[in-house]
Amino acid sequence: MEKFLIELFNLIPFLVILGLPFFKMRGRIILAFGILALQVILSVVVAFSVFSNGTVEYSYPGSWITGSIPVRIDALSAWFIPIIGFTFLTGAWYGIQYMKNYADQKDNLSFHLIAYILAYTSMIDICLVQNGMVFLIFWEIMALSSFILIIFEHYKAETLKAGINFLIQSHISILFLTVAFLLAKINTGTFDFAAISAYTYTQPAIVGIGLFIFFFCGFAIKAGFVPFHTWLPLAHPAAPAHISGVMSGVIIKIGIYGILRMLLLIKSDMVSIGYFVLAISVITGVYGVMLAILQHNLKRLLAYHSIENIGIIGIGIGLGTIGIGYENSLLIVAGFGGALLHTLNHSLFKSLLFYSAGNVYLATHSMKMEGLGGLIKQIPHSAYMFLIGSLAICGLPPFNGFVSEFFIYSGLIEGILSRHFLFIMFILFIILGLVIIGGLALICFTKAFGIVFLGSSREKHALSFKENKVVMAPLYIIAFLILIIGIFPVLLTPMLSKAIHLYQSDHGFMSGLQLNNLLSNLTTVGWYSLGFIVLVAVIYFIRRLVTANRQVSSENTWGCGYTGETSKMQYTASSFIRTYRKLAEPIFLIGKHKSDAHGLYPVMISQATHPHDKIEKWLIDKPIYFIRKVLKRFVFLQNGNIQAYILYGFIFIGLTILLPVIIDKIIALVNFLNQL
Amino acid sequence: MGIISRTKSIASGRKGPGIFQPMRDIFRLWKKGSVYSKSTSFIFQIAPTIYLSSVLMAILMVPFGDQPGIISFNGDFVMFAYLLAIGKFLMVVSSLDTGSSFEGMGASREALFSMLVEPAFFILMGSLALFTGHTSFHSIFSTMHYGTYVSYLLSALVTFLFVMIAMIENSRMPVDDPKTHLELTMVHEVMILDNSGFDLGLIMYTTNLKFAMYGALIAEFFIGSLPMVIAIPSFLLLQAGFAVSVGLLESFNARYRMSHNPEFIFILTSLSLLIFFGVILILGKFF
Repeated sequence: MEKFLIELFNLIPFLVILGLPFFKMRGRIILAFGILALQVILSVVVAFSVFSNGTVEYSYPGSWITGSIPVRIDALSAWFIPIIGFTFLTGAWYGIQYMKNYADQKDNLSFHLIAYILAYTSMIDICLVQNGMVFLIFWEIMALSSFILIIFEHYKAETLKAGINFLIQSHISILFLTVAFLLAKINTGTFDFAAISAYTYTQPAIVGIGLFIFFFCGFAIKAGFVPFHTWLPLAHPAAPAHISGVMSGVIIKIGIYGILRMLLLIKSDMVSIGYFVLAISVITGVYGVMLAILQHNLKRLLAYHSIENIGIIGIGIGLGTIGIGYENSLLIVAGFGGALLHTLNHSLFKSLLFYSAGNVYLATHSMKMEGLGGLIKQIPHSAYMFLIGSLAICGLPPFNGFVSEFFIYSGLIEGILSRHFLFIMFILFIILGLVIIGGLALICFTKAFGIVFLGSSREKHALSFKENKVVMAPLYIIAFLILIIGIFPVLLTPMLSKAIHLYQSDHGFMSGLQLNNLLSNLTTVGWYSLGFIVLVAVIYFIRRLVTANRQVSSENTWGCGYTGETSKMQYTASSFIRTYRKLAEPIFLIGKHKSDAHGLYPVMISQATHPHDKIEKWLIDKPIYFIRKVLKRFVFLQNGNIQAYILYGFIFIGLTILLPVIIDKIIALVNFLNQL
Repeated sequence: MGIISRTKSIASGRKGPGIFQPMRDIFRLWKKGSVYSKSTSFIFQIAPTIYLSSVLMAILMVPFGDQPGIISFNGDFVMFAYLLAIGKFLMVVSSLDTGSSFEGMGASREALFSMLVEPAFFILMGSLALFTGHTSFHSIFSTMHYGTYVSYLLSALVTFLFVMIAMIENSRMPVDDPKTHLELTMVHEVMILDNSGFDLGLIMYTTNLKFAMYGALIAEFFIGSLPMVIAIPSFLLLQAGFAVSVGLLESFNARYRMSHNPEFIFILTSLSLLIFFGVILILGKFF
């Protein structure tokens, strides 16, 4: 049954590709959306049957290169499948509306449609297959199709640059993964994931850790862990809004899925792996949000926030891994539970934020915060959606972000009672990190929301965009889910506990009591969040009653004696974070260009700040600079002569064929000489 | 609140208003109509309501004597902090809504300072949790016990830290001066320049409540394990003591320069770290 559904799932995308030429643009869109919806339904049916009936497992014979291709769908895959499907579906819905401005680029749009569906199909397949080779093939399809999605506006140089950056980095990620899978293949003789488990179990711990670090580097590039994050802030502003939402919501989560999958497979010194993941995650989280505050491009700010949230998810994963190592089931539940829940939550609120940022772009054709302002009066619904998204991403009750952060916090607080001194110190470090992340996120989103949507407009924009129900519908749905998860996290617990159970069962110390304690705690939190909403409503009602017949008048904002209307006196985004910038200056490279006022009657003064990423500079720009210096010596090889290139090709082929022979001969010669 | 201003007046040689004056001010405001700025939106009008409810909700979590708070569960102090944060978020955003540069300034400072003070609170609660082995306000406070001299020292530090956190969270003296008349030097007060009438009353009421809540938390730290009969009078006494000491602190302490505030708040974080290590020392978890 599930096998049939999955096969159907993989076959129908080809229908789109075959069918597209026979339709007009409108028909193409409807066809593609219909197929996507069908695919999502199919995959979600499979996921839920896995949740209710347990793991589905079957295998294809495959070819002599890949070996047999096992397909295993366990609760972890089933947890990710609906998340991916939902975000892709809302992304498509929103994207159809968003792309109306580009309706004249028909070919480009059709290509975009195909890439979108291919990206979705390959991502779901990544969650299903457990064969290294096939996994890599799907990974490559995903990387290429998301590259095409990003460079939709390829006629802009900046977009193309960001796209190529993404392409290169995702291939570095593939390189890491290939090496890791080949290592496993050489040592076990098969690409099957199950072999990794058996292999690392029998080897000394260091082998498992080494293998994990290779996998981790590969997946971390996709997920955006610091220091592998540099493609994110470039790719997100370049892509169309719905693609940014999908990319930040789920494509980077595939990296998280990979890490979680490997943790399930690799049996090694879990404590060291856990500490490794934790350290990187805390740095990722704090670094991401610290840079996010300094950004004045709305989408770039959101991109840095994705890095921060990946850090939070990583903290959960690290805690859970340490829990496996110390055989502490509460840590496993809180860590992995928090990580999985935050994956879901982040995909929701981040796509909501990107879609409403997309509306801002539609309305003003600008993403520069310093020029925006007062948009709540023009696009009120998008503004409220953005507000809900920002409250949720700051982890404030009664929204869903709080639930997952609370999960992780309770893991930390319980963890502090443990007996390992090193672990206590680490927890101290994490709590510090997490609290700072929370506080900085608060600054960041008060800035983003306050500057963009509130106050009065800082520049004139030709407002061409009208909100309507069709555009806003996906946003409403997401916001509704955010609230529902925030209030009734209990709805998710059956599925969540199945996924967490995977990590516990192989140790056989599942303690139902502690799990129930934690989950009932979560339910309590949900109820109190509901209570909070009710309280707000009651007080607001009282306020309405009391102030109903009071005199209300409207005046200009108090301007210390100045009575005119001007938006020039408003606080700007950069002044809002000035105090913070001063504090953070030593850590970052903040380029500042300033012209001071001179003379009695100063004319024009200006100031501009450009935050740079120090890690990017030292880790990527500098090495590339040196590599280029070396490679410049060989530039004469690239002479533009096609005949010469063909010669290179022949030399290369000849070398690859002859090299083993030559080496063989040399060995024979050496042996011969030895015998003499 | 009234007690503070009375103490301040007496300390500076004036007679001062009665201790119920703040309440009278609030009632007066509640009876007035409002003026809204033209650049503001609905956010500006709902923010004080949410601010009040967040503090009310947080108050429900504060335990009393040996009774748990109305809301009490493991790890409730996380929710406590986050609830206060949501009120703060809305206030900051609403002050940006007015489009005034003064209020933006206040908002920026408020957001930064509350971000800086949060680690101190969390580490403090974390070390108390480590000390007692419990993770909710009520169980932490009710199982507090003092054995060695070090723990007395620690409790003194904890009290000091609590007072300081309360001062910062309530935008009082060493960080912010609520009574100053220069907008450039204010933090919390400048954020609410454009609020008026009922909403301003709500905000002032919330500020007072918040102050009392921190007072209660500090009092709870001492009386957490006492039965109700002794707890009530000692609670009132401690609250009054807290107010008087805050008043004295404010009278004889100058506000720091704005740029030095972050440094001051960092000191609090390091103090909380000190407490944390002290707790580890007592429990002998070094191995």
